[in-house]
Amino acid sequence: MVALLVALMVFTLFPFYWALVSSFTPDAALFRDPSLWPREIILDHYRALFERDFLTPIRNSLIVAGTTTLFCLIVGTLAAYALARLEFRGKAAIMAFILAVTMFPQISIVSPLYLLLRSLRLIDTYPGLIMPYMTFAMPLTVWVLTGSIRQIPRDLEEAAHVDGASRRQSFTRILLPLAVPSLATTGILTFIYCWNEFLFALSFTLGPERQTVPVAIALFRGQYQVPWGQILAAAVVATAPVAAMVLLFQRRIVQGLTAGAVKG
Amino acid sequence: MARISLEHVDKVYPNGYVAARDLSLEVADGELLVLVGPSGSGKSTILRLMAGLEGVTGGTIRIGERDVTDLPPQHRDIAMVFQNYALYPHMTVRENLAFGLTIRKQPRALIDQRVIAVASSLGLDVLLDRKPAQLSGGQRQRVALGRAIVREPLAFLFDEPLSNLDAQLRVETRVELSRLHRKLGATMVYVTHDQSEALTLGDRIAVLKEGVLQQVATPMQLYHQPANKFVAGFIGSPAMNFLAGVVRREGPGVERTFRGIDLTIDVPQRVEAPDRVLLGIRPQHLEVFGGASAGGDGTLRAEVGVVEPMGNEQIVYVTLSGGDRLVAVAPPDQRVTPGDVVSIRVRPEGIHMFDAGTGARLAG
Repeated sequence: MVALLVALMVFTLFPFYWALVSSFTPDAALFRDPSLWPREIILDHYRALFERDFLTPIRNSLIVAGTTTLFCLIVGTLAAYALARLEFRGKAAIMAFILAVTMFPQISIVSPLYLLLRSLRLIDTYPGLIMPYMTFAMPLTVWVLTGSIRQIPRDLEEAAHVDGASRRQSFTRILLPLAVPSLATTGILTFIYCWNEFLFALSFTLGPERQTVPVAIALFRGQYQVPWGQILAAAVVATAPVAAMVLLFQRRIVQGLTAGAVKG
Repeated sequence: MARISLEHVDKVYPNGYVAARDLSLEVADGELLVLVGPSGSGKSTILRLMAGLEGVTGGTIRIGERDVTDLPPQHRDIAMVFQNYALYPHMTVRENLAFGLTIRKQPRALIDQRVIAVASSLGLDVLLDRKPAQLSGGQRQRVALGRAIVREPLAFLFDEPLSNLDAQLRVETRVELSRLHRKLGATMVYVTHDQSEALTLGDRIAVLKEGVLQQVATPMQLYHQPANKFVAGFIGSPAMNFLAGVVRREGPGVERTFRGIDLTIDVPQRVEAPDRVLLGIRPQHLEVFGGASAGGDGTLRAEVGVVEPMGNEQIVYVTLSGGDRLVAVAPPDQRVTPGDVVSIRVRPEGIHMFDAGTGARLAG
């Protein structure tokens, strides 16, 4: 069991390790005699990275992915509450419709979306990325949150009502705190998805002003050479905030699970 | 405290399921009324109608003098204890207890004072800073109870609050609840499917079947004068025996008699002869004699199937020669073994009679 786990860890973590090591290795050494252990550590690639103004794409990515996640969580929670708790006509149809939205291949909607955004003068703007991102992130949020709200016993909200809480109070004081773990999970997934998104980001931005990290990295490659060292340094920098966020929220998720998930 | 009255309440679900039909019921101020019935009888729904968690399809509900039919639960000022306790898992015991008062924006000092008072009366003082997940089943039950008491509501509603406890704790908590009811003098409605819980707790008991009220009476009345066959069969343990037979007019001297299987007994004057009737006899009113011929007139020959020794009594399952099965209770020291042929005597004072068609009580 342990051996298998170690093998799996090596298999999944090695590429990251290799990127990390290579980002500190001079380009020349990378091609001459690659080694598993770094023989000399240089910071040239990172320095070059920030001379290129790599902070702008990072800022763009943070703004776009962050805003998308925030909107998705706010709208998604309200929609999921309605779908999980209220009785209304056509509920099943709405759920199916939301799911259907995700079924279009991204590539098939790029052109129509481009035309739409152009006529709205939203090409090369933050909203021009955030809104398309919400089309694929929102269905995920709504589905996951609807499922997790359904699992919270209805009795708890009913008890709150009898205790004197209005619908809004039972939502904010009972349901929402209990949904925090799944909100965190969904938030992370949405954020990572947006952070890594490439096709829309490439299509709907025009220049370095609004480019996100994946697009910026892809455009590093010159006509005659690929600056591997810089690309890998950029990959490390791009992965760091996501990894940090997951680690940060993970504690929150575990906490939430142990405190909340046990039914009375 | 206040009385609760239901006037001609109907509850029909959109799928056509009827949970309450023309139900009128009055819970007096300070009374503990038990709603009892098998699953699907609508007892929990009626409690939820009182709480306002579901709306009626017709009729009126009053708490005190106020018509609350269209009021949401938060404005009815009643407290409810749920079957699975429904404690807020993300709050400590203290916060759980204080929730109702906090949400009503009571002053901090008053909340603290009441929480402490209730917690110490229920033995929860040392648990105040724990979360529900860290409590045992019995402790959670007490927190749920405490959360209701702290608010000093007009009435308490209990939805099978003991069903998740083990047998011993259930009996202890039952006694505790009885004591609490007397101490608070509060109006309480208690839902259960357990007839022994109903008999021991209730000032009065309302028996329900398929959304229709069968009888509302004190435990003793319910046991001794059941209104129909359903109530007779539901209340009492082991359940009442039923024998089918016919009432006939006989010759002079014996006006009317019941004839069934090979049993002939006198029938009270009040019973006219609607021919087919059901004879109801509680197992406690059947006497078992060893030997086929013992007991004399008015006895039934039977073969013993199973004997359950209960310590203070034995429950004897017998089969009559005609194939009918009866349950009898015998004294603990009597020698009865499976396979014995015995005589069963019916004690005349323990006979109930029901209309075979409608199940309504005729006499007894």
